[in-house]
Amino acid sequence: MRLNKILKNTLLVLAACLVLSACATKKEVATDIITGQMQGDVYTGTDTVEYLADGVPDRVFFATNESILTTASRETLRAQAAWLRKNPNINVVLEGHADERGTREYNLALGERRANAAKDYLMTYGISSDRITVLSYGKERPVDSGSNPLAWSKNRRSVTVKAN
Amino acid sequence: MTKKILILLFILIPINANALIEVDITRGNLNPLPLAVSPLSIDEKSRKGFEKILKKENIGSEISKIVENNLRTSGLFNPLDKKAFLQAPDIANLKPRFEDWNLIKAQALITGKVNYVDDKLRVEFRLWDVLAAKEMMALAFTTVPNNWRRVGHIISDKVYERLTGEKGYFDTRIIYVSEEGPKTQRIKKLAIMDQDGANNKFLTLGNELVLTPRFNPASQMVTYLSYFKNMPRVYLLDIETGTQEVVGDFPGMTFAPRFSPDGKKIIMSFAKDGKSDIYTMDLENRIVEKITNHQSIDTSPSYSPDGKYITFNSDRSGYQQIYVMKNDGSDVKRISFGNGLYGTPVWSPRGDLIAFTKLHKGKFYIGVMRTDGSGERLLTENYYQEAPSWSPNGRVLIFYRETKTNSKGEGFSAKLWSIDLTGYNERQIKTPTDASDPSWSSLLSN
Repeated sequence: MRLNKILKNTLLVLAACLVLSACATKKEVATDIITGQMQGDVYTGTDTVEYLADGVPDRVFFATNESILTTASRETLRAQAAWLRKNPNINVVLEGHADERGTREYNLALGERRANAAKDYLMTYGISSDRITVLSYGKERPVDSGSNPLAWSKNRRSVTVKAN
Repeated sequence: MTKKILILLFILIPINANALIEVDITRGNLNPLPLAVSPLSIDEKSRKGFEKILKKENIGSEISKIVENNLRTSGLFNPLDKKAFLQAPDIANLKPRFEDWNLIKAQALITGKVNYVDDKLRVEFRLWDVLAAKEMMALAFTTVPNNWRRVGHIISDKVYERLTGEKGYFDTRIIYVSEEGPKTQRIKKLAIMDQDGANNKFLTLGNELVLTPRFNPASQMVTYLSYFKNMPRVYLLDIETGTQEVVGDFPGMTFAPRFSPDGKKIIMSFAKDGKSDIYTMDLENRIVEKITNHQSIDTSPSYSPDGKYITFNSDRSGYQQIYVMKNDGSDVKRISFGNGLYGTPVWSPRGDLIAFTKLHKGKFYIGVMRTDGSGERLLTENYYQEAPSWSPNGRVLIFYRETKTNSKGEGFSAKLWSIDLTGYNERQIKTPTDASDPSWSSLLSN
């Protein structure tokens, strides 16, 4: 039984290696929890989300170590861009965050990179960079204090906050 | 803060005896050397004098306790129980009866005496080789009474150096970040303490987030990251005067600061448009130089002790790895090739090793490797730990460790730990609050 399981896992890992070609680097964080609130390890729930206006969520979420915007994130940011265009006097701070499973200094840089990914997207939808400030908190300000993959997924985020 | 206090040091008698005892520090605490720390003797007049000023009943015993504690925590020595001592402290200091000390299996003996002379604290101590029945070292110090703890640390350093052949690390301080409050809203302050946890002081009030303080190896200056006015920037703090200033004029976040070995430059990261590069700033002429230029995250830079090389953390390969380059940014070489992610490289003050944090399969490790990346050795594994800082003699690493919270998100704590380079002698360093981001000072004396 046990051996079978080990063999099976080994095969899975081997298969994953072939696909990723960069084995044992990327998905270091366990993705063992299937909660329906995560896709891959990107948070898809709404527990922590606040709204800048009706139908305008304030945040987007990221995969471990990534700063790529998901389809859902791009949709959120388009809604934010539309709202910002309607409210030309409002400036925003994009607060970039990382989860606790990384070294402090790298996470500061990663938070900055995530917030910039959001900024770049807002800019392509017509929002001037003058209206956007980027602020990284690294792993210093988690929203969920849990030590599990779901909590971490909520913490890997870029939050758009009104600056005035 | 701590004023520079002159400690006069005399060599009482030239050292002539060759040591027969020797401590092999590469073996860790497998077999700590048994030694006896006889309480420093004190005459009644001096005892009363110090009791009045220092509110300590017997300053001689207090200094001995510091020595004993330092030697024990090094993991290399086993100070024996005083109850077993047969000879009185004052007589032992004149001429030990070696057969008595031999009987309790002490291989080395420390004796001494304390005097109150002209409002000053005068301490003399002697180190004896019990088996050879010889004096190995005799020194005397004169200083202001308030400096008594430092006298204990200096004695410890002298004993350590005489018995191991390497400099000690006891007369040093640790700067760190004190943490309080819930995990989602931590209040962080800069704090400083002696290496043994005594004399803890807070340097900031906690109004803004502060991170990663690091000592200047050449002075008691500190560089750190502060979120003052919600703008994360590298600052410079003079802990003697309390004055602080922002380092450089960057249009964005500067972070991950460290000093160059001569203390004349600060090296740090500057993040802009989603990439982080490494910069230096000369503290005298304020000239800023860009050292790396890459689309990736380049951070956590640390100089080699000769200042010629820099090790740093980069994800230019796709993931966090450790690199080494020349101090002008040329000749970049990746040195970490094991499984997992590597961060926080710190060059040993001895120059031969780089300490790092490693993340592999959901566990965090503190480890060391040679500067070409060979000989990787993991010293300790845990749920979360990072940010090693070297003792000035390059024998001990201090770092911080965080606990996993329970299903309700409770039970979080962050503490400082130290471990010997051998991987033995792991200990928690007690702090009044939770603590992270420790940085070890150089030796305060000499």
